Amino acid sequence: MTETKWSVDESLIRDFSTANNEPEWLLNVRLDAFKKAEDLPLPKPDKTKIDKWNFTEFGAHNVQSAPFNALSALPEAAQAVIGEENDTQNVYVQRNNTPSILKLSDELKEAGVIFTDFATAAKEHSDLFQKYFMQQVVKADEHKLTALHAALVNGGIFLYVPKNVEIKEPVQAVFIHDDAQAALFNHVIVAAEANSSVTYVENYISTVKTEQGVANIVTEVIAGDNAQISYGAVDTLTENVTTYVNRRGITAPNARIEWSLGIMNDGNTVSENVTNLIGDGSYADTKMVVVGRGKQSMNFTTKVVHFGKHTEGYILKHGVMKDEAKSIFNGIGKIEHGASKSNAEQESRVLMLSEKARGDANPILLIDEDDVTAGHAASVGRVDPLQLYYLMSRGISQQEAERLVIHGFLAPVVNKLPIENVKKQLTGVIERKVRQ
Amino acid sequence: MSQSTLTIKDLHVAIDGKEILKGVNLEIKGGEFHAIMGPNGTGKSTLSSAIMGHPKYEVTQGTITLDGEDVLEMEVDERARAGLFLAMQYPSEITGVTNAEFLRSAVNARREEGDEISLMKFIRQMDGNMDLLEMDQDMAQRYLNEGFSGGEKKRNEILQLMTIEPKIAILDEIDSGLDIDALKVVSKGINKMRGEDFGCLMITHYQRLLNYITPDHVHVMMQGKIVKSGGAELAERLEAEGYDWIKQELGIEDETVQ
Repeated sequence: MTETKWSVDESLIRDFSTANNEPEWLLNVRLDAFKKAEDLPLPKPDKTKIDKWNFTEFGAHNVQSAPFNALSALPEAAQAVIGEENDTQNVYVQRNNTPSILKLSDELKEAGVIFTDFATAAKEHSDLFQKYFMQQVVKADEHKLTALHAALVNGGIFLYVPKNVEIKEPVQAVFIHDDAQAALFNHVIVAAEANSSVTYVENYISTVKTEQGVANIVTEVIAGDNAQISYGAVDTLTENVTTYVNRRGITAPNARIEWSLGIMNDGNTVSENVTNLIGDGSYADTKMVVVGRGKQSMNFTTKVVHFGKHTEGYILKHGVMKDEAKSIFNGIGKIEHGASKSNAEQESRVLMLSEKARGDANPILLIDEDDVTAGHAASVGRVDPLQLYYLMSRGISQQEAERLVIHGFLAPVVNKLPIENVKKQLTGVIERKVRQ
Repeated sequence: MSQSTLTIKDLHVAIDGKEILKGVNLEIKGGEFHAIMGPNGTGKSTLSSAIMGHPKYEVTQGTITLDGEDVLEMEVDERARAGLFLAMQYPSEITGVTNAEFLRSAVNARREEGDEISLMKFIRQMDGNMDLLEMDQDMAQRYLNEGFSGGEKKRNEILQLMTIEPKIAILDEIDSGLDIDALKVVSKGINKMRGEDFGCLMITHYQRLLNYITPDHVHVMMQGKIVKSGGAELAERLEAEGYDWIKQELGIEDETVQ
């Protein structure tokens, strides 16, 4: 790996850490990870070769962006996902690498909820943050990209929900990418203590095109005893941004994590979504929709690992590939020895709209326990020309007919998304992505 | 709106390189109801598919025009917007797209951007037509044809016909698989379309349909051509005597396309 070109060096990491007044432990994590990144191999997503992908070259590690002074100053796409400004809103807006707006209601502040940007979390909640940051869920030394992430993390959010606190309104984070030089190494931690509940929704919005960009995003979700976390994400990063996004969660007994993911990036993307069901009686549900277009290549691994007894894991993914887009859908249900009475279910479906689009679905069940149930369904197919003929015979244009078929193909997932806001957003995003 | 004319001249159509239609001539005007009858395998459904532009059928010779415009030059959706409609024998099922959403797209495809039909008006119209066709209201919100029974699919085709109000409609075996009550309901919908601005071509095996929808012209198809034409009385004679007398009269041994 001596040929790897780096856009950063050790002194830059030191300077960045100093400038942000980071605690020493964090600088040490960074430096240690940076050393390891050199030698660690890239991850090996099944059936997609990523060794020529650009994960290391980008314009600048830290771009300074003028903060937005109000929600009404945000780009339209960002305003659309946040909605009208109000007093009970809990929202974070990051512009490239710069924390820009942070609103947390007094009620939640009083309840002890922490919702703050990465740098502030590391500085002001150092001990608590250290307990979570790349310790229990994702480790820095898993592979080159997690190591790079730990070394270079330059944004993100920390959401901490104390015991017994139930947050009703969704907490939102909007990451705006509007500087072609920016590289996004965002880290998100959502930690919900026992008997708490929270819905978190994040958006990645590019409003700029770039020659070469990198997004390396890691999310760690920690659900305490009987806690419920609903995690929504709608990613719309621009082409030429290579994205590695790892969203991973762990559950204590009887905890639930629900993922609602809409991955609509226009660039090459490796997405890894894993839930480790550690506690007995815990539950994971992943619903994901994807639209690929142009020449992008994407790899999606969705995995639920059952350690606890009576655990349930559900995966439902639908993807549409247009133009020359390629995608691999890996679904893995893994039941460890001892996780008796568990259930692992998954369904993956890919629809290809053109001759040159490619899709593949690999359902995998790895079961090391007898007393369990499991099932999988997968299909990959091309759009039925007779469906298009039928729609067009009613005067509907080919483009509109394709739009209806795509919309219809994704609807069984979109309609079941537990977060209303994500459902609404995705309908619009799908529409835009399909139209162009 | 004025009367339209669909003119088919010397139409030859092949599928997978095999010629099915071998010179069909037919003219349908607004206000007229035509019926094409004939045994299986004589090319009736091929004719309807070729007029609409089914991707598998290739027109090798002849012309189709609507009010002088070359239909064969048009894409499927352009044919529809020009005023043609085909009620299909086997309508596609489309998951995730509701019947109402689909119908509204079809209506709006005929309107300018910014002049889309209001939701209220559309729903009122659709509800009225569904009542007439004795369709359950929940069928508006069900996915297009998915899990519909044979009879429900046929009613749904007629619902589309009534909503779109084409100039010329082709109904391909709209009566197949319908019990007598459903046939009456479907016929009621079709008869409601009657008028100077609406021409219709019904394709059927059976005279039964024509008891409810009286045709002005009846054509018999054999060997990929129209071999005999007449008025409503021709259908009645076919019902009473079958097709053998025509075969004898014309010296045809095997009526199917060879």
